This record gives sequence, structure tokens and C-alpha cells, in this order.
Amino acid sequence: MDRREFLKQSITVTAASVTIPGIFGNYFAKTSKILPAAFDLVAVKGGEADVMFDDAIKALGGMKNFVKSNQKVCLKPNIGWDVSPERAGNTNPKLVSRVIKHCFDAGAKEVLVFDHTCDNWRRCYSNSGIEKAVKDAGGKIVSGDSENYYQDVSVKSGKKLTNAKVHEVLLDSNVFINMPILKSHSSTRLTIAMKNLMGVVWDRGYWHSNDLHQCIADYATYRKPDLNIVDAYYVMKRNGPRGVSVDDVTTLKSQIVSTDMVAADAAAAKLFGIEPDEISYIKIANAMGVGKKDLSSLNIKRIIL
Amino acid sequence: MSGSFLRKIRIIVSIIFFIPTTFLFADIFSFIPPYLSNGIVYLQFAPSVLKFIALLSVSSFGFLIILILTILFGRVYCSSICPLGTLQDFVNWIRGKIKRSDKRRFEFLNEQKTLRLSLLIIPILVFVFGSSLAINLLDPYSIYGRFAGNFFRPIMVGLNNIAAFVSDRFKLYAVYGYDLKAFTLIPFIITTAFFVFVVVMSWIKGRLYCNTVCPVGTLLGYISKFSLFKIVIKNEDCLSCGICAKECRANCIDSDNKTIDTSRCVMCFDCLTNCPTNGIVLDRTYFKHSNIQSSNHVNLDINKRSFLFKSSVFLISLSSLAAQIQKKIVVTKPSTKPVFRKNAVSPPGSVSIDKFNGKCTACHLCVSACPTQVLQPSFLEYGFLGMLQPRMDNIASFCNFDCKICSDVCPTGAILPIDLEKKKLTQIGKAIFVKDNCIVQTQKTDCGACSEHCPTKAVHMIPFEGKLFIPETRDDYCIGCGACEFACPTKPYKAIYVEGNREHKLAKKNVEQKKLEEKINYKEEFPF
Repeated sequence: MDRREFLKQSITVTAASVTIPGIFGNYFAKTSKILPAAFDLVAVKGGEADVMFDDAIKALGGMKNFVKSNQKVCLKPNIGWDVSPERAGNTNPKLVSRVIKHCFDAGAKEVLVFDHTCDNWRRCYSNSGIEKAVKDAGGKIVSGDSENYYQDVSVKSGKKLTNAKVHEVLLDSNVFINMPILKSHSSTRLTIAMKNLMGVVWDRGYWHSNDLHQCIADYATYRKPDLNIVDAYYVMKRNGPRGVSVDDVTTLKSQIVSTDMVAADAAAAKLFGIEPDEISYIKIANAMGVGKKDLSSLNIKRIIL
Repeated sequence: MSGSFLRKIRIIVSIIFFIPTTFLFADIFSFIPPYLSNGIVYLQFAPSVLKFIALLSVSSFGFLIILILTILFGRVYCSSICPLGTLQDFVNWIRGKIKRSDKRRFEFLNEQKTLRLSLLIIPILVFVFGSSLAINLLDPYSIYGRFAGNFFRPIMVGLNNIAAFVSDRFKLYAVYGYDLKAFTLIPFIITTAFFVFVVVMSWIKGRLYCNTVCPVGTLLGYISKFSLFKIVIKNEDCLSCGICAKECRANCIDSDNKTIDTSRCVMCFDCLTNCPTNGIVLDRTYFKHSNIQSSNHVNLDINKRSFLFKSSVFLISLSSLAAQIQKKIVVTKPSTKPVFRKNAVSPPGSVSIDKFNGKCTACHLCVSACPTQVLQPSFLEYGFLGMLQPRMDNIASFCNFDCKICSDVCPTGAILPIDLEKKKLTQIGKAIFVKDNCIVQTQKTDCGACSEHCPTKAVHMIPFEGKLFIPETRDDYCIGCGACEFACPTKPYKAIYVEGNREHKLAKKNVEQKKLEEKINYKEEFPF
């Protein structure tokens, strides 16, 4: 074997060993089966963000109902903006850290966290406090800043959005937990669970230029999160989604947890003081059968601490 | 001290300067904080002079240190601090490795005095009349910076991305991919052309760039004629073998006449190392009487001395005048793009486009340091005189509200240090809304991407037809960060863009809304 041949062969072998797990990785990843929970939605109020989650998840039968041992969990908080936690632009880091702890307690093999940020991603990850929270809790934080991470998927029931490039971490994981923060939003009035999923795709511009509300509802049909945890501890009441200063923020000390994104959005909207029917994407998603916006038809557990 | 020892010191020192300086331009990880970055480029001559003129502060005394070093030891800046010089030495070394038999290849060349002096005077004059273009094209540090930014940075990105690819394949996510958000072709071509020019010259004739073109080399060269320590030929020990001349990368040893043109000597000490008899030595020239005669003492040209002295004084004293003259300079602006922007946007801290164009040497350190990559080399966006200087490219990215790294790292004072709170109110341009391009108008669907990204809510949404909301811009609050333009999804032309302010202004703080004071009863039932 001469040198050239040796190099050729070693490159081929390396390339194969690198790509094969990638190709078949998806094959082995199976989505978890969710046991029917006792409640459709849990609303908590009056405690610290992490403590409220302890109660909410207990009401839903514990994290074991959602995460099985040795599973890979993908957590998608809102980390969109280069602002500090009190500015309520990003999901509460204390809550993120507590959710990760519950995942590991339930036996998760790995918890991966990412967002396709709006501001510079390094600054968002660090100044939101989420990078530290994730690392301290033993999770892994992943960049969402490079198009290479995003894989083409087709959104079969989509009307305007028929395909999207979705982050591979989400595609590879067994359990997907959506962790939005409730905020005012200049484009869609409010951003909650469904709107938060704009952070798992690469090309957001397409959504904006092709009927934003329809696209949000379309994407919601693709991969429903196994759990939605709406952080409404600090709530940005105006100037969202980035906010101008802490003056825009009020302390609601609330949290909504549900497997149904539409229900979670409807409940969070009411909490904010806006009727769900005012928000087009909630109406469209309801009509498309993503979930139920009519809260009176749901079995809701209300906890006031 | 033996020649080979001096040579080793020179090589070690040049590596100590070269590697960090290079890494600075390829640092895509933001490993190096601004204060360290300032330290690394502190001694770079041209940027330091410009910063001194702009700031008159200790933070820019680097060039004085170089002047003192030059008075003492000659052109040590050229031999070990200047990254372009080290690069040329590296090229020489490579050539030496490839063509071993051809190693001794240099020969004495006559000085191109007119060319050298012209290329020193022209940049100074152009600068005094308000443009740093000539310095920007000729300053060795800036040439090297552009080269490193354009070549080593993409290499670093490539290596990083290979590592990221492997790490991602194994689902480790230990290394993150890095996207270069823009590629500016013409600045790249100009940079490459200069690079090829310098490398080819050094491949053929050693430090030819340093000794015929480089204005910093010429200035320090003429100063080094009066330096305390010099390389001199000792007549009594010299065998006239000519080895030193063949070793001299600066082509400045005339072994036939036993003279050395000190103004071109870059203090590499190779001649000392190779002289078989100690016939050429580093020696003190003042405070002692000896029979050593260095040729330049004989051929002393008083007129040249006074000319140089005057031009140096000119440079320093007229610089304050330069600021006033600069305002009157009309920078021509041929438009190269079918966009509506009249002025490019200069970074916060640059005070005005004219000041920026007059001070920036286009080393592109800020381009490498900018975490959002909004700073990109320009071609003619500022006009001919601002060629290669960085501009805010809002198609590539936008200026992060809480960031001022460019002003922290700028070695020339073209981007002056700025307080973060002041930066947040510095209006570098104004957002202009083009309603006829806007999705809300053309498609009658909600969008608002611009307003979403706006850090001051200068772009806010107002009620439009039906339940729709459409953007409205408010100049008072706008700082021109370009987040709106970047986020705007319309193609090919944006519905909102930033028009640069020729003079930066101060925006008003958005305090129209009082602090929210809601009394919340946490025991109250849920509204559902």
C-alpha cells in the first residue's frame, strides 16, 4: 500500500464511520408514548417559577409520564434576545434548570437545549442566563445559528408552509418540550407556545412574508411538543417581543403547563388579558385541529400557591 | 553579543508578535477580550500615530515607544513587530527551504530614493487633506490585517466547521458551526492583489516592499540613520568576501564599497551570523571615537534631514487642522447598488462619516472582532476615498444593541471609544420605511419583523386596514442599528432600510411609557 492509497482508504473509512451513524440515527430515535394525563391543562400561580413547575408536573403525574429512562430530550425555551432575565424577553433560567432536573430524575439520557435566536446567539445564550442554567443542570446547550443544523422536513397538513428546515436536535430527540415565555408581540400580538416554534426553523422570513398567522398554525401541525410549559412569571406587557426596558415588565408569577399547544396559548392569552379569538393563529390552529382553544371543554387543574 | 544570538532574539520576538496578531484577526470565538487586543496591536506604528492624533492619550503611546526603539536600535519594528515584515521573512524562509542551492541570492540594490520619499509624503499629504486612503493602502499592519482577516479567518472558520461537523455527527455538540455571513468580492480582490504583490516582491528580492514602498519603513529608516546602535563594517576585519551582501534580505549592504545603507537595514542580523570574521558587527555609533566609519556619516545629507524633520512636525502639528479641513472635503459617492441608500452607515463611535474616512486604515480588526458580523469591508459605498473601510452591512447582519466591541478594539481611533449607554443613544443612521414594499401593504397579512427586532421601538406597529398593523418609524428614537432592515423579509428590495447619518446624532431615550404598575392579586382566581 503506498502512501496515497493509504490516505484514500483512511479518508473513506473515516467518512463512512462519520456518516453512517448520522443516516441511521433517526431510525433508532422513537417518539415516546404519552400516558393519558389526569388533566388537559395545569395552571399555577403565586410561587417561584421552579416551585410552580414542581406542582404542575406533579398534577400531571410527574415527569415520568413524559420522559422515559434513557431517552433524549429536546428543550426549546425562548432565548431570542440579548437581554437579562428580568427583562422577560427570554424564558426564566430558573425554570429551565428545574425542568432539566425533572427530566434527568425521570431517567433522561441527555437533555439538549437550543433556540434559533434573533440577536447574536452567543450573547443571547449567555445574557439570558440560560446557557449557565443548562450547563449547571447537566444539560447540553446547542447552537441554532448555522444552517447546517437544519434539515428539510415536509409539513403535510400545511396550507402556506408545506416544508421547513428544522433543527436536527429536535428531529433526533425522543421527547420535545416546548418552553415559551408569555410576551406581547408586535407582529402577532402575543407570543406563546405555537409562536415559540418559530425558533426551531431556519427560514423565519418565509413565515413573515407568507401570512405569518397561517404559517404558525401550519407548523404547529408538524410535530406537536410532548409538553408545553408556558413561563408567565415575568411578563412583558408591551413593546414585545424584545422590550425596551424593565418598565415593560410585570410580575405575574404564573405558569401554564399542557400537552395541548392551542389550549396553552388560549389560557395564556386570557391570563395576559387578551381574548384568544383576537389572535388569528390560535383560531386557525383550532380550526385545523391542532388543539382546543375552548377552555370550558377541558379538564383544567388550577393551583394557587 | 554574538550575531547568531541577536538573530535568535529577533526570530523569537517576531514570533511573539506575529502569532497573537494573526490570531486576533482569525479569532472567530471572541477568545481575546478587547483590552488584550489593544495590547497586542499597541505597538503597531501607523494605527498608533492615528490614534494619538485622534485621542492624545496614553492609550496610543505605542508609536513613541517605536520611535525610541528606532533611535536606539534602528528598524527593529520592521524586523520583529510588523506582521507584514515577519510574513515576508517567512516567505523568504520557505523559499530558502525549497531552493537550498539558491539560498544565497540577495545582492546590493541602489536606493529608490524618490519613490520611497514620494510614498512617504503622499500618504501624509492625503491624510492632512482628510483621507486615510493612501495610508490604508500602504500601511503594512493594515495590509497584513486585511490579509489575515480575508484568509486566516476563513481558514479558522473551515477548521472550526470540520470539527463541528464531526462533533455534530456524533451528536456531541461540543463545537459549534460558524457561518460567514457575507463575502465582499472586490475588497477581497484588492486585498489578494496587495498580498500577491508583497509576497512576490519578497520571494524575489527579500524585503523590497519594506525598502521601496512601505511609508512606515521609510520613515523609520531615515530615523534609524541616527540610531545609537547600527550594523557597521569593520574595515580591519572585513575580507570583502561579500557573504553579508548575499545574505542581506534588505539589499542594503554594498560589500564592494564596504558601505551599509542603514535606512534600509531591517535589523535581521543575518549578516552578523554569516560573516566569517566578525567584519560586520552591531556597534554603538555615538559617545565614542573610533576609526569605524559608517558610510552614511560620510554622505550625510543635511537637506534630507531637515526635510524629514519638517515633514514629521507637519504630520503631528497639522493634524488638528486636518479635522477642520476634512469637513470641507466632498466625498464622491458613485452608487453601485440599485438601493436607495445615499450614505453608507459608519459604526457607532466614528462620530461622522468624514472623520471615519479620514482616520480608518482599513485593517479590518473590527470586522474580525464584530460578534454579529455587521461590519463588512466596503468597496465604494463611502466613495473612492473610503475604499476598503468597514461599513455596517445590514443585509449580512445588524448592530447588537448592547455591544461596542468595535470601538474597544479599533487601533487607529477611527472608531473612538464610546460609553455603552451613549452608544445605545448614538444615531448612526435612520430607518426609512418604504410602505409600497411592505408585506402588510402588498399582501394584507401581518408581518412586523422590523418592529420585533427594534431595540428602542423606534419602529412600532400602528393600526392599519382591518385588524392589521403596519410599521411606523420614529426618527427621534431610531439609532440606525439596522435590525429592522436585516429582519425585513421582502425581496429583492427591503421595505425598511437605514440611511446613514453623515454626522452621527444623539437619539432620544424612549420614555413615553411610564413604568407598569399593576397591582396583582396572586390569590385571585384564573380568568378561565
